[in-house]
Amino acid sequence: MERCGNAPPDDVPVVLAREGHHGPVIHAANRAARIDGIHPGSRVVDMRAICPELQVEYADVAGDHAALDRLVLWARRWCPWTARDGDDGLILDTTGADHLWGGEAAMLVEMETQLSLLGLTARLAVASTWGAAWALARFGSVRSICGPGEAHFKLGPLPVSGLRLDPKTQLVLRRLGLKTIGAVMDVPRLSLTRRFVKAELAANPLMRLDQALGKLAEPVSSMDAKPVIRAQARLAEPIFDPTPHLPGLCEDLCDQLKHAGLGCRRLHLTVYKTDGDVSYVDVATSAPNRDPAHLHSLFRDKVERINPGFGFDLITLAAGAIEEMQDKQTRLDGGSDDDLHLTRLIDRLSAKFGPRAVTRPVLRQSHVPERAEAQIAALANRPDEVVVLTKERPLRLLDHPEELRVLYAVPEGPPARFVWRRQTHRVARYTGPERIAPEWWKDRPGTRLRDYFKVEDQTGRRLWLYREGLHEDGRGGDPRWFVHGMFA
Amino acid sequence: MGSLRMHKRLAGQGAGLAALPHTLSEAFPNCPTDASAVGFALSRLPRTQAPVLWVQDRLSRKEAGRPALAGISGDRPIIMVDLSRAVDVLWAMEDGLRCRALGAVIGEIWGDPPGLDFTATKRLAIRAEAADVSCWLIRRAASPDLSAARDRWRIASLPSAPHPHDPQAPGAPRWSLDLFRSRRVKPGKWVATYDGAADRLHLAAPTRDRAVEPGDGALRERAAG
Repeated sequence: MERCGNAPPDDVPVVLAREGHHGPVIHAANRAARIDGIHPGSRVVDMRAICPELQVEYADVAGDHAALDRLVLWARRWCPWTARDGDDGLILDTTGADHLWGGEAAMLVEMETQLSLLGLTARLAVASTWGAAWALARFGSVRSICGPGEAHFKLGPLPVSGLRLDPKTQLVLRRLGLKTIGAVMDVPRLSLTRRFVKAELAANPLMRLDQALGKLAEPVSSMDAKPVIRAQARLAEPIFDPTPHLPGLCEDLCDQLKHAGLGCRRLHLTVYKTDGDVSYVDVATSAPNRDPAHLHSLFRDKVERINPGFGFDLITLAAGAIEEMQDKQTRLDGGSDDDLHLTRLIDRLSAKFGPRAVTRPVLRQSHVPERAEAQIAALANRPDEVVVLTKERPLRLLDHPEELRVLYAVPEGPPARFVWRRQTHRVARYTGPERIAPEWWKDRPGTRLRDYFKVEDQTGRRLWLYREGLHEDGRGGDPRWFVHGMFA
Repeated sequence: MGSLRMHKRLAGQGAGLAALPHTLSEAFPNCPTDASAVGFALSRLPRTQAPVLWVQDRLSRKEAGRPALAGISGDRPIIMVDLSRAVDVLWAMEDGLRCRALGAVIGEIWGDPPGLDFTATKRLAIRAEAADVSCWLIRRAASPDLSAARDRWRIASLPSAPHPHDPQAPGAPRWSLDLFRSRRVKPGKWVATYDGAADRLHLAAPTRDRAVEPGDGALRERAAG
């Protein structure tokens, strides 16, 4: 799925690698690399020995899947029923759609042209079954077309890998001397049944053969695109303020959502100005929602940000991030649902102050105090990380530790007297040190360790001090002292 | 006998406070970097798993730090709202008090902003009582002006209790509590020792004893003592 913008030249062997059990293995190879004898599944170091000028890039498997899923929807321009086929294929049910493109051959040319305009190289085939099309596209001639009765002849000369079998079964068949699909077809059914009676579909050549020849049904289940839910207001005259139209738009949108049993987590308000300019406002909710009053309230302070220019005559309100949403009744007397109130509170706060202002701190497994806490979204699920707290920690932490001035240092323990925020503190009691070493896998080299002390001054204030570094540790000058937190 | 009266009243007040409805309380730490007010507010929260809405303005966060989850006992989820202006803090607290699913609402406001007047506190107090959610307003570097808060505390750290194993180390935290205005109970002063492991507050009379009250030595009290 490499785009043409950064495609390497054809004569340079390039492979994509992924992490295997024993180091990186080859995920895919280009033509030059395949000619040099490099095959997917082998280790990168071995293949480097064969071909020293090999260029290795890491494969983005998840990104490829997502791109292929988008391509599935894109391919609906040719027929309405499309599905993803494994990691590297699309299956299109073009029954009754080919005549719109001038026949099957012309349709294949059109598809190849359009895909090459996207920068993709495609191998295409038309057949009456999924299995036959799979085999012909990968092992058949270019743009091969297989009519309803021709599958037996067209598939015969293809190698046995065209049967979509797992590698183990392919090896078994090769060892049995069955190298082509035709050879497998010639074996009596009874013998094949007896040999592979308990095998799964992916390891059963007979079932795969029946699928390819249409004796066994293999339906294509097409994935559904998310419905587009949108409400719009066309205005006779350009206006400057969308506020009076918002309640109606919200109600219209929520009616559509309710009819479809859905809720939305995002709303896009777009206004189309008379001078052709477009401006928009987005709001988000923390849980799927379809309450018009609540959705309307989220726009309360945001509509003012729209620059009306010379006025606008079309307003659309589109629902984004659509999710299934069922009506729930939590109490028999029809009272309010508490959870709903919490999600609405979070929505209101995030709509007014921005989503980054409303967070939820969770503990993380780290000894360094500033890393022991992470901020997640307010209603996000808590990560499954069990954090065991063994040491006493302060109730308040300063975002940035503040340096203090030592007035009277003592050889052991915290300074006996120090100045912090222009006030002199005399240490009455202390406990410590608790040594926290830098996390070498995250910190910069040269980061100094910290010795933490809980000290109590003469008035009873309990502070958390630390000394950064040690004398003569070779990481800077004399250690400095900081205040990092306050105990209750 | 004076300390006996004090103990009896404290015992009665402890039970009474638990039964009282949740409302708005204000806490004034005697110095901004003192975390005792936060510790006291946390110790008075209801023992539930309901989330706590914690709203801070920018100066409170800069000067007095942010609440550290590792130092807060209990497994209560906290929803932090970091804002810059005091009026936004009041707005967020008022909105939070409309949500009954919250366990408590804690707000921290620095100084005496013009938006924080009698009306604002009255709105908070009425909302807190309507939703029965306890609300704490922690006001640093502030003067205790006119306010509708039902309880107003002045809180300061005291030298901590002796550590059971190490005489050099600070032990359980001690706070001096001064309930200088209250609508529900009689104002008073206490020294509180906080037991972090059990999440309990032990109240005691201040070290300086009060004058003998005229009602002392009545027949009933002598029998009880």
